[in-house]
Amino acid sequence: MARIKDMLPALALICVLIAAWWGAVAATHSVIFPTPWGVVTGTFELLENGTLWRHISASLLRVGAGFGLAVCVAVPLGLWMGWVAGAYRTLNPIFQILRPISPIAWIPIAILWFGVGDASPVYLIFISSVFPMVVQTTAGVHTIEKRYLRAAENFGVSRHTLFRQVVIPAVLPQVIVGMRIGLGVAWLVVVAAEMIALHSGLGYMIMDSRNAGNRYDLVIAGMIIIGLIGLSLDTAMRILEGTKWARWRYAH
Amino acid sequence: MRTKIEVRALKKSFASDKGPLAVVEDVSLTVQDGEFVALVGPSGCGKSTLMNIIAGFLQPDAGSVVIDGTPRTRPDSKGILISQQGSVFPWLTVRENLMFGLNGHALPQKRTLAERYADIVGLKGFEDSYPHELSGGMLKRTELARALVVRPDILYMDEPFSALDALMSLRLRSELLQILAKERHTTLLITHDVEEAIHLADRIVVLSPRPTRIQAIFPVPFGHPRKVAGREAQELRVRILSELGVDREEIG
Repeated sequence: MARIKDMLPALALICVLIAAWWGAVAATHSVIFPTPWGVVTGTFELLENGTLWRHISASLLRVGAGFGLAVCVAVPLGLWMGWVAGAYRTLNPIFQILRPISPIAWIPIAILWFGVGDASPVYLIFISSVFPMVVQTTAGVHTIEKRYLRAAENFGVSRHTLFRQVVIPAVLPQVIVGMRIGLGVAWLVVVAAEMIALHSGLGYMIMDSRNAGNRYDLVIAGMIIIGLIGLSLDTAMRILEGTKWARWRYAH
Repeated sequence: MRTKIEVRALKKSFASDKGPLAVVEDVSLTVQDGEFVALVGPSGCGKSTLMNIIAGFLQPDAGSVVIDGTPRTRPDSKGILISQQGSVFPWLTVRENLMFGLNGHALPQKRTLAERYADIVGLKGFEDSYPHELSGGMLKRTELARALVVRPDILYMDEPFSALDALMSLRLRSELLQILAKERHTTLLITHDVEEAIHLADRIVVLSPRPTRIQAIFPVPFGHPRKVAGREAQELRVRILSELGVDREEIG
């Protein structure tokens, strides 16, 4: 009950904004910009003819592939860069240069290398989510408190035990933070990529709705769905942050 | 009695803005097998540096540390360091922490040993708890048990109880004595608490301010259990304190 009570102000604000939107459309007699109710009926239209599910699953699959690939590369790479000072000194400057480049700037090269199929957006998602995860994982290794490494050294444990019982669990909370950032960026990028070079996905759906007869009701429906899915992805990552593998970090 | 630790003419200085800063100046000390030696000195005198050199975490600029007739170069599980801040792994349960240092044992044997030592230090029933669920005293007990379970020859204790409240510190001191009465480890204790040193040690070494040297050595000729409040113990306390530069009037 307390949680619902906490959410009340936000829900009230959303209601006010929807009312204002409705009032503005009614007052200006706009023929193109839809009313909230128009968006609801538009959404049902997309649900009924099945296009919505097709676009959602296309977008999610691309994010899943690109993000999954990025996790597989970023975590081992970040651990290595964090542990081996030489690797850090060699690779970090390059990453610091590549990291601020907007994923959108990679689109021409993605098309050149991977064409206009599914590989391009997967590559863009990979590129955009791999850097934050590498940075977080590396920082995670660097911030392991020395007293824990010293204790491991004192007990003379094997390298295997050192990594499995000290380094990995110590870094895991930071890795999960990196994954949360990476997934957020991936979801931003997939929509942008689909607007430019593809024929499926929520980004494509938005552009297609505009191009095929100014269906702004479907444009806004698409935007709201993107927002809600992004929120769910973030919530899922937050749940991961609350699991026992990460909880020790925040429990003090 | 056999000689356990032989500290020969240790010297150590650190680099600082104003040139090298001498921290340890020509310390020589012999500790017998099974002996409990307390090192007492003013704060910032270099006690911890001295301990870190003896335990093998730091290399001296000159001199050497010989343990059982062999020069020591790095830390190993024959001598476990317990520090003030503690190093119980927050991501492992009490049981997993206790099993951490048990290399070369089969799993059932590790579990049995971990349970036995959890019982010895009074952690029975908390084996599956995580450190953040424990009180400061329980955490110290976990740290102590994790050290004892590997059956070390030497315990290095760097102000182990000074982060605890006075009552808990007193209780853990008594418990440590009970454990040491059953399984005798050579123990080196660093403390700034003269009363704690008198309560626990067979011999008290008073260190000078930085750069630290051995200023005086006091045998503690009382059997266990000791009355720290007794007249003879109080006289010893006054003598040690005056060695540390605290006047008789100040003690009251």
